[in-house]
Amino acid sequence: MRLVQLIGALVLASCTEPQSRLVTPAQIVGDAIPSPLTETAGSVPAGLSVFTDRETGHCVLCHQVAGLATEFQGNVGPDLSDVAARLSAGQIRLRIADYQIVRPGTLMPSYYRNHDLYQVAEAFQDDPVLSAQEVEDLVAYLSSLRIEDDDG
Amino acid sequence: MKHVGLGLVLISMTACSRTEIAPETSIPQNELQSGYAFLTAETQALQDDAFENPGFLWVDRGERLFQSVASTEPSCLTCHENGLDGVAASFPKLDPETGELINLEGRINACRTRHQGLPPLAYESEDLLSLTAYIAHQSNGDPISVDVSGDAAPYYELGLDYFITRRGQFNLSCQQCHTENWGKQLRGDTISQGHGNGFPAYRLEWQSLGSLQRRLRDCDTGVRAEPLPYGDPTYVAVELFLAARAQGLEAESPAVRR
Ligand code: HEC
Ligand code: HEC
Repeated sequence: MRLVQLIGALVLASCTEPQSRLVTPAQIVGDAIPSPLTETAGSVPAGLSVFTDRETGHCVLCHQVAGLATEFQGNVGPDLSDVAARLSAGQIRLRIADYQIVRPGTLMPSYYRNHDLYQVAEAFQDDPVLSAQEVEDLVAYLSSLRIEDDDG
Repeated sequence: MKHVGLGLVLISMTACSRTEIAPETSIPQNELQSGYAFLTAETQALQDDAFENPGFLWVDRGERLFQSVASTEPSCLTCHENGLDGVAASFPKLDPETGELINLEGRINACRTRHQGLPPLAYESEDLLSLTAYIAHQSNGDPISVDVSGDAAPYYELGLDYFITRRGQFNLSCQQCHTENWGKQLRGDTISQGHGNGFPAYRLEWQSLGSLQRRLRDCDTGVRAEPLPYGDPTYVAVELFLAARAQGLEAESPAVRR
């Protein structure tokens, strides 16, 4: 009995297993989450700061966007300068929230998820990396990114 | 070792699945590159110049500690009068006395408690860093060469498992950064192949020399995972796996890193 308790404690210590998933299968259509996660529409300027701010999204660790003032933008992930020309808002939303649902091996971290994570530091165990509103702000910002056509 | 094996089985049986990335962990021999190759020219120059490289402060201090005698006990030099050339390049290895895997820090502490009547030194204490640096430096230029056969094999497997397991809030594995994406930029940092051949190393960010385990703790913290405690047997096993993965690469402690 004691051993069982010990094992239980070990398991609890090393996993995060919330009651319900933040993104449910019903919200996913193909490779997209078509409906916004919040009532309040995302804001482009707020999304820009989540994208660059070290304390929140800090997406520039891995991605670049042409014309952004941030120096040393990473290139581990694809260039997002014209991501809106390639992906719909719903596709962008899924890729930020939990791309691993559709691409299990991907390096792109899941920013709105707290199930099935392992060895998470205590300070980060309860919440996803970003709030639903921050995800919506990022979707708004990235959906605004298109490379201007020279002729137009 | 039995306990460790049991722990692994238990963890993997639970609902909370640990995701492993397919173990194509090895980098072809002809592509192996030290972290040195990914530094700026200025940082490389700092490492190369024995007068400028701050790591040598610890090497010099280690040399004095190696020779000094505490009370009536023998000094390190008493037993190792010909020095320890090339020895560090073969660590971690099995401790013949206990059968457990130990790293260089563990070996130094084993000598202290068994042969010198002295207490073990704490990880990252100036004395342990200095002795480790002094001994590691004597393997400079020697190819990393560890034994992963026989009783060492389960430790290798444990280290491999840690390397390919996703962890932390960012859910990333060592493998994803250091095998699949080396050479790319994480902001100002170029991701290297993640070898331990420069350690203990002087990191500009630390403003100090630090052990390989300190670096591992930084990488774990970087993905918002709970780092393991210093000296944890799993980290020693990761050190073994890293050395096997870097087999043939030249040792270069004290390296200078960003
Ligand atoms: C650790 C590196 C890393 C970080 C940090 C990161 N990404 Fe990514 N991201 C990637 C990689 C790698 C891919 C490509 C994934 C694939 O194709 O499997 C990707 C893909 C994407 C895509 C799809 C792009 C396309 O053209 O298909 C979007 C959108 C995206 N990321 C947005 C973000 C946002 C927003 C953030 C911050 C909240 C972020 N990423 C942080 C690595 C990262
Ligand atoms: C999100 C990316 C990422 C992950 C995941 C990661 N690292 Fe690192 N690692 C880095 C960066 C960036 C550095 C500093 C630059 C460099 O040397 O690669 C580094 C440095 C290192 C170094 C020092 C290399 C040198 O020559 O100084 C070692 C060793 C290392 N990592 C091993 C590991 C191990 C083992 C794991 C898993 C426990 C791991 N890393 C996980 C990004 C990562």
